[in-house]
Amino acid sequence: MLPYFISLLVLGIPLCWAEWTMGRYGGRHGFNSAPGIYSVVWRHKLARYLGAFALLIPLVIYMYYVVIEAWCLGYAVSYLTGDMMLGSEPEKYTEHYRNFVGATKDGFLTDGGNNQLIVVLALVIVVNFICIYRGLSAGIERFCKVAMPLMAICAVCVLVRVLTLDGILSGLAKMWNPNAEELWDPATWLAASGQIFFSLSVGFGIIINYSSYLKKDDDVALSGLTASSVNEFFEVGFGGMITLPAAFIFLGVAATTQGTFGLGFIALPNVFAAMPGGQFFGFLWFFMLFLAAITSSLSMLQPVIAFFEEGLGMKRHASVAFLGLISALGTLIVVYFSKNTVALDTFDFWVGTLFIFLLALIQAVLYGWALGIERGYDELHRGAQLRIPRFVQWMLKYVTPVYLLAIFGGFVYSSGRSELEKLAKGGVPLLSVAFILVIFAFLLLLVHIAGKKWDREGRFDKLPK
Amino acid sequence: MLNAAYLTALVAQAAPAGEVVMTPAGWAIMIVSLASVLLLNVFCFYRVLSLPPEAAEGHLKAPLEIDTGDLSDPD
Repeated sequence: MLPYFISLLVLGIPLCWAEWTMGRYGGRHGFNSAPGIYSVVWRHKLARYLGAFALLIPLVIYMYYVVIEAWCLGYAVSYLTGDMMLGSEPEKYTEHYRNFVGATKDGFLTDGGNNQLIVVLALVIVVNFICIYRGLSAGIERFCKVAMPLMAICAVCVLVRVLTLDGILSGLAKMWNPNAEELWDPATWLAASGQIFFSLSVGFGIIINYSSYLKKDDDVALSGLTASSVNEFFEVGFGGMITLPAAFIFLGVAATTQGTFGLGFIALPNVFAAMPGGQFFGFLWFFMLFLAAITSSLSMLQPVIAFFEEGLGMKRHASVAFLGLISALGTLIVVYFSKNTVALDTFDFWVGTLFIFLLALIQAVLYGWALGIERGYDELHRGAQLRIPRFVQWMLKYVTPVYLLAIFGGFVYSSGRSELEKLAKGGVPLLSVAFILVIFAFLLLLVHIAGKKWDREGRFDKLPK
Repeated sequence: MLNAAYLTALVAQAAPAGEVVMTPAGWAIMIVSLASVLLLNVFCFYRVLSLPPEAAEGHLKAPLEIDTGDLSDPD
Protein backbone atom coordinates (compact mmCIF):
# COMPACT_ATOMS: atom_id res chain seq x y z
CA MET A 1 0.00 0.00 0.00
CA LEU A 2 2.96 2.35 0.55
CA PRO A 3 3.88 2.46 -3.18
CA TYR A 4 0.19 2.91 -3.90
CA PHE A 5 -0.21 6.03 -1.74
CA ILE A 6 3.10 7.53 -2.87
CA SER A 7 1.99 7.01 -6.47
CA LEU A 8 -1.33 8.67 -5.68
CA LEU A 9 0.32 11.79 -4.26
CA VAL A 10 3.27 12.10 -6.64
CA LEU A 11 1.64 10.84 -9.84
CA GLY A 12 -2.11 10.37 -9.70
CA ILE A 13 -3.52 13.65 -8.43
CA PRO A 14 -0.92 15.99 -10.05
CA LEU A 15 -1.22 14.24 -13.41
CA CYS A 16 -4.99 14.33 -13.18
CA TRP A 17 -4.81 18.14 -12.85
CA ALA A 18 -2.25 18.34 -15.68
CA GLU A 19 -4.42 16.28 -18.01
CA TRP A 20 -7.60 18.27 -17.32
CA THR A 21 -5.64 21.49 -17.80
CA MET A 22 -3.98 20.51 -21.09
CA GLY A 23 -7.25 19.15 -22.46
CA ARG A 24 -9.18 22.33 -21.71
CA TYR A 25 -6.27 24.37 -23.14
CA GLY A 26 -6.33 22.32 -26.37
CA GLY A 27 -10.11 22.59 -26.60
CA ARG A 28 -9.88 26.37 -26.28
CA HIS A 29 -7.65 26.33 -29.35
CA GLY A 30 -10.05 24.23 -31.40
CA PHE A 31 -8.87 20.64 -30.89
CA ASN A 32 -10.64 17.75 -29.14
CA SER A 33 -8.45 14.77 -29.98
CA ALA A 34 -5.14 13.95 -28.29
CA PRO A 35 -2.99 14.28 -31.46
CA GLY A 36 -4.40 17.78 -31.99
CA ILE A 37 -4.19 18.82 -28.34
CA TYR A 38 -0.59 17.63 -27.99
CA SER A 39 0.25 19.59 -31.15
CA VAL A 40 -1.20 22.73 -29.55
CA VAL A 41 0.75 22.17 -26.34
CA TRP A 42 4.00 21.29 -28.15
CA ARG A 43 4.35 22.93 -31.58
CA HIS A 44 6.39 20.11 -33.06
CA LYS A 45 5.38 17.56 -35.70
CA LEU A 46 6.32 14.68 -33.37
CA ALA A 47 3.64 15.74 -30.87
CA ARG A 48 0.76 14.48 -33.01
CA TYR A 49 2.31 11.00 -33.25
CA LEU A 50 2.62 10.84 -29.45
CA GLY A 51 -1.13 11.34 -29.45
CA ALA A 52 -1.50 7.90 -31.06
CA PHE A 53 -0.84 6.40 -27.61
CA ALA A 54 -3.85 8.31 -26.27
CA LEU A 55 -6.00 6.70 -28.99
CA LEU A 56 -4.57 3.19 -28.68
CA ILE A 57 -5.02 2.92 -24.90
CA PRO A 58 -8.77 3.57 -24.59
CA LEU A 59 -9.43 1.57 -27.77
CA VAL A 60 -7.56 -1.58 -26.66
CA ILE A 61 -8.80 -1.37 -23.08
CA TYR A 62 -12.33 -1.10 -24.43
CA MET A 63 -11.76 -4.36 -26.35
CA TYR A 64 -11.37 -6.40 -23.15
CA TYR A 65 -13.27 -4.16 -20.76
CA VAL A 66 -16.49 -4.86 -22.63
CA VAL A 67 -15.92 -8.60 -22.02
CA ILE A 68 -15.58 -8.00 -18.25
CA GLU A 69 -18.71 -5.87 -18.46
CA ALA A 70 -20.49 -8.88 -19.98
CA TRP A 71 -19.22 -11.07 -17.10
CA CYS A 72 -20.85 -8.60 -14.66
CA LEU A 73 -24.18 -8.63 -16.47
CA GLY A 74 -24.01 -12.40 -16.92
CA TYR A 75 -23.43 -12.89 -13.18
CA ALA A 76 -26.30 -10.51 -12.39
CA VAL A 77 -28.61 -12.57 -14.63
CA SER A 78 -27.39 -15.80 -13.00
CA TYR A 79 -28.20 -14.38 -9.55
CA LEU A 80 -31.62 -13.36 -10.77
CA THR A 81 -32.37 -16.88 -12.01
CA GLY A 82 -30.84 -18.52 -8.92
CA ASP A 83 -28.06 -20.24 -10.90
CA MET A 84 -25.39 -18.63 -8.74
CA MET A 85 -26.62 -20.09 -5.46
CA LEU A 86 -24.14 -22.96 -5.48
CA GLY A 87 -23.81 -23.58 -1.75
CA SER A 88 -20.92 -22.99 0.59
CA GLU A 89 -18.05 -24.80 -1.15
CA PRO A 90 -15.56 -22.26 -2.60
CA GLU A 91 -14.45 -24.76 -5.31
CA LYS A 92 -17.89 -24.62 -6.92
CA TYR A 93 -17.59 -20.87 -7.48
CA THR A 94 -14.11 -21.28 -8.92
CA GLU A 95 -15.34 -23.97 -11.30
CA HIS A 96 -18.38 -21.87 -12.24
CA TYR A 97 -16.18 -18.86 -12.99
CA ARG A 98 -13.77 -20.88 -15.14
CA ASN A 99 -16.62 -22.38 -17.16
CA PHE A 100 -18.43 -19.06 -17.38
CA VAL A 101 -15.49 -17.15 -18.88
CA GLY A 102 -14.14 -20.10 -20.87
CA ALA A 103 -10.88 -20.34 -18.90
CA THR A 104 -10.65 -24.09 -19.45
CA LYS A 105 -9.64 -23.97 -23.14
CA ASP A 106 -9.31 -21.65 -26.10
CA GLY A 107 -12.39 -21.55 -28.27
CA PHE A 108 -14.57 -22.73 -25.35
CA LEU A 109 -17.08 -19.95 -25.87
CA THR A 110 -17.21 -20.18 -29.66
CA ASP A 111 -17.69 -23.97 -29.36
CA GLY A 112 -20.91 -23.41 -27.45
CA GLY A 113 -19.32 -23.77 -23.98
CA ASN A 114 -21.33 -20.86 -22.56
CA ASN A 115 -23.90 -19.49 -24.94
CA GLN A 116 -25.31 -17.26 -22.21
CA LEU A 117 -22.09 -15.21 -22.14
CA ILE A 118 -22.03 -14.91 -25.93
CA VAL A 119 -25.60 -13.56 -25.92
CA VAL A 120 -24.87 -11.19 -23.02
CA LEU A 121 -21.65 -9.99 -24.67
CA ALA A 122 -23.46 -9.25 -27.93
CA LEU A 123 -26.12 -7.39 -25.96
CA VAL A 124 -23.52 -5.36 -24.04
CA ILE A 125 -21.67 -4.39 -27.24
CA VAL A 126 -24.94 -3.37 -28.90
CA VAL A 127 -25.98 -1.30 -25.84
CA ASN A 128 -22.57 0.42 -25.82
CA PHE A 129 -22.79 1.34 -29.47
CA ILE A 130 -26.43 2.42 -29.37
CA CYS A 131 -25.59 4.73 -26.46
CA ILE A 132 -22.57 6.21 -28.16
CA TYR A 133 -24.32 6.32 -31.58
CA ARG A 134 -27.37 8.14 -30.27
CA GLY A 135 -25.52 10.16 -27.63
CA LEU A 136 -27.30 8.66 -24.63
CA SER A 137 -24.20 8.78 -22.46
CA ALA A 138 -25.40 11.71 -20.37
CA GLY A 139 -28.58 9.80 -19.52
CA ILE A 140 -26.54 6.91 -18.21
CA GLU A 141 -24.35 9.27 -16.17
CA ARG A 142 -27.48 10.80 -14.61
CA PHE A 143 -28.90 7.34 -13.92
CA CYS A 144 -25.63 6.39 -12.22
CA LYS A 145 -25.97 9.37 -9.89
CA VAL A 146 -28.77 7.33 -8.30
CA ALA A 147 -27.34 3.88 -8.95
CA MET A 148 -23.89 4.51 -7.49
CA PRO A 149 -25.08 5.61 -4.02
CA LEU A 150 -27.25 2.47 -4.11
CA MET A 151 -24.16 0.45 -4.87
CA ALA A 152 -22.35 2.16 -1.96
CA ILE A 153 -25.17 1.08 0.39
CA CYS A 154 -24.94 -2.43 -1.03
CA ALA A 155 -21.15 -2.35 -0.51
CA VAL A 156 -21.61 -1.34 3.14
CA CYS A 157 -23.88 -4.39 3.67
CA VAL A 158 -21.27 -6.64 2.04
CA LEU A 159 -18.51 -4.98 4.05
CA VAL A 160 -20.34 -5.72 7.30
CA ARG A 161 -20.66 -9.38 6.30
CA VAL A 162 -16.99 -9.65 5.25
CA LEU A 163 -15.83 -8.05 8.52
CA THR A 164 -17.88 -10.59 10.51
CA LEU A 165 -16.54 -13.67 8.65
CA ASP A 166 -14.47 -16.24 10.54
CA GLY A 167 -10.78 -15.60 9.92
CA ILE A 168 -11.28 -11.99 8.84
CA LEU A 169 -8.20 -10.83 10.76
CA SER A 170 -6.11 -13.27 8.79
CA GLY A 171 -7.59 -11.94 5.54
CA LEU A 172 -6.97 -8.34 6.57
CA ALA A 173 -3.43 -9.21 7.66
CA LYS A 174 -2.63 -10.63 4.25
CA MET A 175 -3.99 -7.46 2.68
CA TRP A 176 -2.49 -4.82 4.98
CA ASN A 177 0.65 -6.21 6.67
CA PRO A 178 3.64 -4.54 5.01
CA ASN A 179 6.16 -6.69 3.18
CA ALA A 180 9.52 -4.91 3.10
CA GLU A 181 11.00 -7.20 0.45
CA GLU A 182 8.37 -6.18 -2.08
CA LEU A 183 9.31 -2.52 -1.69
CA TRP A 184 12.59 -3.25 -3.48
CA ASP A 185 10.88 -4.80 -6.47
CA PRO A 186 10.30 -2.22 -9.26
CA ALA A 187 7.42 -4.38 -10.54
CA THR A 188 5.50 -3.57 -7.33
CA TRP A 189 5.97 0.17 -7.89
CA LEU A 190 5.06 -0.15 -11.55
CA ALA A 191 1.93 -2.12 -10.65
CA ALA A 192 0.97 0.35 -7.89
CA SER A 193 1.31 3.36 -10.18
CA GLY A 194 -0.52 1.44 -12.92
CA GLN A 195 -3.38 0.87 -10.48
CA ILE A 196 -3.50 4.58 -9.64
CA PHE A 197 -3.60 5.52 -13.33
CA PHE A 198 -6.26 2.91 -13.99
CA SER A 199 -8.51 3.97 -11.14
CA LEU A 200 -8.19 7.72 -11.79
CA SER A 201 -8.30 7.25 -15.60
CA VAL A 202 -5.03 9.19 -15.79
CA GLY A 203 -2.80 8.43 -18.77
CA PHE A 204 -5.79 6.86 -20.55
CA GLY A 205 -6.38 9.52 -23.18
CA ILE A 206 -9.94 9.94 -21.88
CA ILE A 207 -9.63 12.96 -19.59
CA ILE A 208 -7.63 14.91 -22.17
CA ASN A 209 -10.45 14.40 -24.65
CA TYR A 210 -13.40 15.15 -22.38
CA SER A 211 -11.75 18.17 -20.79
CA SER A 212 -11.32 19.69 -24.26
CA TYR A 213 -15.12 20.15 -24.41
CA LEU A 214 -15.17 22.24 -21.21
CA LYS A 215 -15.73 25.97 -21.26
CA LYS A 216 -12.65 28.06 -20.59
CA ASP A 217 -13.73 28.92 -17.03
CA ASP A 218 -15.10 25.53 -15.99
CA ASP A 219 -13.42 24.33 -12.82
CA VAL A 220 -10.85 21.54 -13.23
CA ALA A 221 -9.02 21.82 -9.89
CA LEU A 222 -11.77 20.92 -7.41
CA SER A 223 -13.55 18.61 -9.90
CA GLY A 224 -10.33 16.65 -10.52
CA LEU A 225 -9.52 16.30 -6.83
CA THR A 226 -13.08 15.33 -5.88
CA ALA A 227 -13.26 12.67 -8.60
CA SER A 228 -9.90 11.29 -7.46
CA SER A 229 -10.93 11.24 -3.80
CA VAL A 230 -14.20 9.37 -4.43
CA ASN A 231 -12.34 6.83 -6.57
CA GLU A 232 -9.85 6.32 -3.76
CA PHE A 233 -12.60 5.95 -1.19
CA PHE A 234 -14.21 3.11 -3.15
CA GLU A 235 -10.92 1.48 -3.99
CA VAL A 236 -9.26 1.59 -0.56
CA GLY A 237 -12.37 1.51 1.61
CA PHE A 238 -14.27 -1.17 -0.25
CA GLY A 239 -11.75 -2.91 -2.55
CA GLY A 240 -9.13 -3.18 0.18
CA MET A 241 -11.62 -4.25 2.84
CA ILE A 242 -13.93 -6.52 0.85
CA THR A 243 -12.61 -8.26 -2.25
CA LEU A 244 -9.02 -9.07 -1.33
CA PRO A 245 -9.58 -10.11 2.33
CA ALA A 246 -12.54 -12.23 1.16
CA ALA A 247 -10.39 -13.80 -1.57
CA PHE A 248 -7.73 -14.74 0.98
CA ILE A 249 -10.31 -16.20 3.38
CA PHE A 250 -12.16 -18.33 0.83
CA LEU A 251 -9.41 -19.18 -1.63
CA GLY A 252 -6.22 -19.03 0.48
CA VAL A 253 -3.12 -19.52 -1.65
CA ALA A 254 -5.39 -20.50 -4.57
CA ALA A 255 -6.14 -16.78 -4.87
CA THR A 256 -2.79 -16.46 -6.61
CA THR A 257 -3.80 -18.86 -9.38
CA GLN A 258 -7.18 -17.53 -10.43
CA GLY A 259 -6.09 -14.61 -12.56
CA THR A 260 -6.59 -11.14 -11.24
CA PHE A 261 -9.85 -10.19 -12.89
CA GLY A 262 -11.32 -13.43 -11.66
CA LEU A 263 -10.83 -12.68 -7.97
CA GLY A 264 -13.96 -10.58 -7.55
CA PHE A 265 -16.00 -13.07 -9.55
CA ILE A 266 -14.90 -15.96 -7.32
CA ALA A 267 -14.44 -14.37 -3.89
CA LEU A 268 -17.62 -12.29 -3.71
CA PRO A 269 -20.08 -15.08 -4.61
CA ASN A 270 -18.65 -16.91 -1.58
CA VAL A 271 -19.50 -13.87 0.55
CA PHE A 272 -23.01 -13.63 -0.90
CA ALA A 273 -23.56 -17.34 -0.22
CA ALA A 274 -22.69 -16.70 3.43
CA MET A 275 -25.04 -13.75 3.98
CA PRO A 276 -28.80 -13.41 4.40
CA GLY A 277 -30.47 -12.25 1.17
CA GLY A 278 -27.32 -13.31 -0.72
CA GLN A 279 -29.16 -13.83 -4.00
CA PHE A 280 -30.60 -10.31 -3.88
CA PHE A 281 -27.29 -8.69 -2.89
CA GLY A 282 -25.44 -10.74 -5.51
CA PHE A 283 -27.78 -9.54 -8.24
CA LEU A 284 -27.64 -5.92 -7.02
CA TRP A 285 -23.84 -5.97 -6.75
CA PHE A 286 -23.09 -7.34 -10.20
CA PHE A 287 -25.80 -5.28 -11.87
CA MET A 288 -24.47 -2.07 -10.29
CA LEU A 289 -20.97 -3.11 -11.29
CA PHE A 290 -22.24 -3.52 -14.85
CA LEU A 291 -23.75 -0.02 -14.78
CA ALA A 292 -20.53 1.46 -13.40
CA ALA A 293 -18.54 -0.40 -16.06
CA ILE A 294 -20.74 0.84 -18.90
CA THR A 295 -20.04 4.48 -17.97
CA SER A 296 -16.32 3.67 -18.22
CA SER A 297 -16.53 1.80 -21.51
CA LEU A 298 -18.64 4.54 -23.11
CA SER A 299 -16.07 7.13 -22.11
CA MET A 300 -13.35 4.99 -23.72
CA LEU A 301 -14.98 5.27 -27.14
CA GLN A 302 -15.22 9.06 -27.33
CA PRO A 303 -11.45 9.87 -27.68
CA VAL A 304 -11.16 7.80 -30.87
CA ILE A 305 -14.48 9.07 -32.24
CA ALA A 306 -13.29 12.63 -31.67
CA PHE A 307 -10.09 11.87 -33.59
CA PHE A 308 -11.93 10.28 -36.54
CA GLU A 309 -14.19 13.34 -36.75
CA GLU A 310 -11.50 15.94 -36.30
CA GLY A 311 -8.61 14.27 -38.11
CA LEU A 312 -10.36 12.37 -40.89
CA GLY A 313 -13.42 14.58 -41.37
CA MET A 314 -15.88 11.77 -40.56
CA LYS A 315 -19.32 12.45 -39.05
CA ARG A 316 -20.28 10.93 -35.71
CA HIS A 317 -22.32 8.00 -37.04
CA ALA A 318 -19.66 6.98 -39.58
CA SER A 319 -16.89 7.16 -36.99
CA VAL A 320 -18.93 5.10 -34.51
CA ALA A 321 -19.44 2.41 -37.19
CA PHE A 322 -15.73 2.41 -38.13
CA LEU A 323 -14.71 2.19 -34.46
CA GLY A 324 -17.21 -0.61 -33.85
CA LEU A 325 -15.53 -2.71 -36.54
CA ILE A 326 -11.99 -2.17 -35.19
CA SER A 327 -12.91 -2.79 -31.56
CA ALA A 328 -14.87 -5.96 -32.46
CA LEU A 329 -11.67 -7.51 -33.85
CA GLY A 330 -9.89 -7.16 -30.49
CA THR A 331 -12.93 -8.34 -28.52
CA LEU A 332 -13.08 -11.46 -30.72
CA ILE A 333 -9.42 -12.23 -29.89
CA VAL A 334 -10.13 -11.90 -26.15
CA VAL A 335 -13.25 -14.06 -26.41
CA TYR A 336 -11.66 -16.78 -28.55
CA PHE A 337 -8.34 -17.08 -26.69
CA SER A 338 -10.05 -17.45 -23.34
CA LYS A 339 -7.86 -20.17 -21.81
CA ASN A 340 -6.77 -18.86 -18.41
CA THR A 341 -7.74 -15.40 -19.76
CA VAL A 342 -4.23 -15.12 -21.26
CA ALA A 343 -5.21 -12.79 -24.13
CA LEU A 344 -7.14 -10.53 -21.75
CA ASP A 345 -4.26 -10.42 -19.25
CA THR A 346 -1.73 -9.74 -22.03
CA PHE A 347 -3.79 -6.83 -23.37
CA ASP A 348 -4.14 -5.57 -19.81
CA PHE A 349 -0.44 -5.79 -18.99
CA TRP A 350 0.92 -4.22 -22.18
CA VAL A 351 -1.72 -1.55 -22.68
CA GLY A 352 -3.51 -1.31 -19.31
CA THR A 353 -0.23 -0.98 -17.40
CA LEU A 354 2.84 -0.32 -19.57
CA PHE A 355 1.38 1.95 -22.23
CA ILE A 356 -0.63 3.91 -19.66
CA PHE A 357 2.62 4.40 -17.79
CA LEU A 358 4.32 5.65 -20.97
CA LEU A 359 1.47 8.02 -21.79
CA ALA A 360 1.54 9.39 -18.25
CA LEU A 361 5.26 10.08 -18.72
CA ILE A 362 4.63 11.77 -22.07
CA GLN A 363 1.91 13.96 -20.54
CA ALA A 364 4.04 14.91 -17.54
CA VAL A 365 6.83 16.05 -19.88
CA LEU A 366 4.41 17.88 -22.19
CA TYR A 367 2.87 19.72 -19.24
CA GLY A 368 6.06 20.50 -17.35
CA TRP A 369 8.35 21.28 -20.26
CA ALA A 370 6.26 22.10 -23.34
CA LEU A 371 3.26 23.93 -21.88
CA GLY A 372 5.45 25.14 -19.03
CA ILE A 373 4.57 25.28 -15.35
CA GLU A 374 3.92 29.03 -15.28
CA ARG A 375 1.37 28.82 -18.08
CA GLY A 376 0.12 25.55 -16.61
CA TYR A 377 -0.42 27.18 -13.21
CA ASP A 378 -2.43 30.01 -14.78
CA GLU A 379 -4.45 27.61 -16.94
CA LEU A 380 -5.20 25.29 -14.01
CA HIS A 381 -6.51 28.18 -11.92
CA ARG A 382 -8.75 29.60 -14.63
CA GLY A 383 -12.22 29.32 -13.05
CA ALA A 384 -10.81 27.11 -10.27
CA GLN A 385 -12.80 26.59 -7.08
CA LEU A 386 -9.64 25.48 -5.25
CA ARG A 387 -6.12 26.90 -5.04
CA ILE A 388 -3.45 24.33 -5.81
CA PRO A 389 -0.11 24.89 -4.02
CA ARG A 390 2.66 26.05 -6.37
CA PHE A 391 4.98 23.20 -5.38
CA VAL A 392 2.66 20.83 -7.31
CA GLN A 393 3.87 22.55 -10.51
CA TRP A 394 7.50 21.94 -9.60
CA MET A 395 6.61 18.37 -8.77
CA LEU A 396 5.01 17.93 -12.20
CA LYS A 397 8.06 19.36 -13.94
CA TYR A 398 10.81 17.52 -12.06
CA VAL A 399 9.66 14.90 -9.55
CA THR A 400 6.90 13.19 -11.53
CA PRO A 401 8.93 12.51 -14.73
CA VAL A 402 11.98 11.38 -12.74
CA TYR A 403 9.82 9.13 -10.56
CA LEU A 404 8.15 7.61 -13.63
CA LEU A 405 11.47 7.13 -15.41
CA ALA A 406 13.09 5.54 -12.34
CA ILE A 407 10.28 3.01 -11.92
CA PHE A 408 10.18 2.24 -15.61
CA GLY A 409 13.97 1.85 -15.82
CA GLY A 410 13.98 -0.40 -12.73
CA PHE A 411 11.19 -2.52 -14.17
CA VAL A 412 12.91 -2.93 -17.55
CA TYR A 413 16.16 -3.85 -15.75
CA SER A 414 14.58 -6.38 -13.39
CA SER A 415 11.70 -7.86 -15.37
CA GLY A 416 12.09 -6.72 -18.99
CA ARG A 417 13.97 -9.86 -19.96
CA SER A 418 11.41 -12.25 -18.45
CA GLU A 419 8.54 -10.39 -20.10
CA LEU A 420 10.26 -10.65 -23.49
CA GLU A 421 10.97 -14.34 -22.88
CA LYS A 422 7.24 -14.88 -22.34
CA LEU A 423 6.65 -13.40 -25.77
CA ALA A 424 9.52 -15.36 -27.32
CA LYS A 425 7.67 -18.59 -26.47
CA GLY A 426 5.04 -17.50 -28.99
CA GLY A 427 1.41 -18.50 -28.70
CA VAL A 428 -1.38 -16.27 -27.45
CA PRO A 429 0.80 -13.65 -25.66
CA LEU A 430 2.82 -13.02 -28.83
CA LEU A 431 -0.30 -12.94 -30.98
CA SER A 432 -1.94 -10.47 -28.59
CA VAL A 433 1.06 -8.12 -28.58
CA ALA A 434 1.35 -8.40 -32.38
CA PHE A 435 -2.31 -7.40 -32.66
CA ILE A 436 -1.74 -4.38 -30.39
CA LEU A 437 1.24 -3.31 -32.53
CA VAL A 438 -0.79 -3.64 -35.75
CA ILE A 439 -3.53 -1.44 -34.30
CA PHE A 440 -0.89 1.05 -33.12
CA ALA A 441 0.70 1.19 -36.60
CA PHE A 442 -2.75 1.73 -38.11
CA LEU A 443 -3.45 4.60 -35.71
CA LEU A 444 -0.04 6.16 -36.45
CA LEU A 445 -0.92 6.09 -40.13
CA LEU A 446 -4.27 7.77 -39.47
CA VAL A 447 -2.56 10.40 -37.30
CA HIS A 448 -0.13 11.05 -40.16
CA ILE A 449 -3.04 11.57 -42.57
CA ALA A 450 -4.81 13.82 -40.07
CA GLY A 451 -1.64 15.86 -39.51
CA LYS A 452 -1.27 16.46 -43.25
CA LYS A 453 -4.90 17.61 -43.36
CA TRP A 454 -4.40 20.02 -40.44
CA ASP A 455 -1.21 21.38 -42.05
CA ARG A 456 -3.04 21.96 -45.35
CA GLU A 457 -5.82 23.77 -43.51
CA GLY A 458 -3.26 25.88 -41.64
CA ARG A 459 -4.82 24.94 -38.29
CA PHE A 460 -1.61 25.52 -36.36
CA ASP A 461 -0.71 28.75 -38.16
CA LYS A 462 -3.69 30.49 -36.58
CA LEU A 463 -2.64 29.63 -33.02
CA PRO A 464 -1.08 32.27 -30.77
CA LYS A 465 2.59 31.65 -30.00
CA MET B 1 -11.49 0.35 -12.34
CA LEU B 2 -9.31 -2.62 -11.55
CA ASN B 3 -5.79 -3.08 -12.75
CA ALA B 4 -4.64 -6.66 -13.08
CA ALA B 5 -0.93 -6.13 -12.52
CA TYR B 6 -1.50 -4.38 -9.22
CA LEU B 7 -3.87 -7.03 -7.94
CA THR B 8 -1.37 -9.71 -8.96
CA ALA B 9 1.35 -7.92 -7.01
CA LEU B 10 -0.88 -7.59 -3.94
CA VAL B 11 -1.98 -11.20 -4.06
CA ALA B 12 1.53 -12.48 -4.69
CA GLN B 13 3.06 -10.59 -1.80
CA ALA B 14 0.40 -11.90 0.54
CA ALA B 15 0.63 -15.47 -0.71
CA PRO B 16 2.04 -17.33 2.36
CA ALA B 17 -0.50 -19.89 3.48
CA GLY B 18 -1.93 -20.41 6.97
CA GLU B 19 -3.08 -18.17 9.75
CA VAL B 20 -1.47 -14.73 9.70
CA VAL B 21 -2.07 -12.12 12.39
CA MET B 22 -2.36 -8.39 11.89
CA THR B 23 0.90 -6.77 12.96
CA PRO B 24 0.97 -3.30 14.58
CA ALA B 25 2.39 -1.98 11.28
CA GLY B 26 -0.52 -3.61 9.43
CA TRP B 27 -3.06 -1.99 11.73
CA ALA B 28 -1.30 1.36 11.42
CA ILE B 29 -1.22 1.24 7.61
CA MET B 30 -4.85 0.19 7.41
CA ILE B 31 -6.09 2.89 9.80
CA VAL B 32 -3.97 5.67 8.29
CA SER B 33 -4.99 4.67 4.74
CA LEU B 34 -8.70 4.59 5.53
CA ALA B 35 -8.57 7.78 7.59
CA SER B 36 -6.68 9.70 4.93
CA VAL B 37 -9.05 8.80 2.08
CA LEU B 38 -12.01 9.55 4.33
CA LEU B 39 -10.58 12.96 5.29
CA LEU B 40 -9.85 13.79 1.65
CA ASN B 41 -13.45 12.93 0.78
CA VAL B 42 -14.83 15.04 3.62
CA PHE B 43 -12.69 17.98 2.50
CA CYS B 44 -13.73 17.68 -1.17
CA PHE B 45 -17.42 17.24 -0.43
CA TYR B 46 -17.35 20.15 2.01
CA ARG B 47 -15.79 22.36 -0.67
CA VAL B 48 -18.23 21.23 -3.36
CA LEU B 49 -21.34 21.49 -1.19
CA SER B 50 -20.39 24.91 0.16
CA LEU B 51 -20.01 26.43 -3.32
CA PRO B 52 -22.52 29.08 -4.38
CA PRO B 53 -25.30 27.34 -6.39
CA GLU B 54 -24.37 29.00 -9.70
CA ALA B 55 -20.74 27.82 -9.42
CA ALA B 56 -21.74 24.26 -8.56
CA GLU B 57 -24.43 24.13 -11.24
CA GLY B 58 -22.51 25.21 -14.29
CA HIS B 59 -18.86 24.49 -13.66
CA LEU B 60 -18.56 21.04 -12.10
CA LYS B 61 -18.90 18.30 -14.70
CA ALA B 62 -18.89 14.52 -14.93
CA PRO B 63 -17.29 13.35 -18.22
CA LEU B 64 -20.34 11.71 -19.78
CA GLU B 65 -22.48 14.78 -19.08
CA ILE B 66 -20.19 16.94 -21.16
CA ASP B 67 -21.61 17.99 -24.53
CA THR B 68 -19.25 16.73 -27.23
CA GLY B 69 -20.84 19.03 -29.78
CA ASP B 70 -21.17 16.46 -32.57
CA LEU B 71 -24.71 15.25 -32.04
CA SER B 72 -26.63 17.94 -33.90
CA ASP B 73 -25.43 16.79 -37.35
CA PRO B 74 -24.28 13.17 -36.90
CA ASP B 75 -24.75 11.96 -40.51
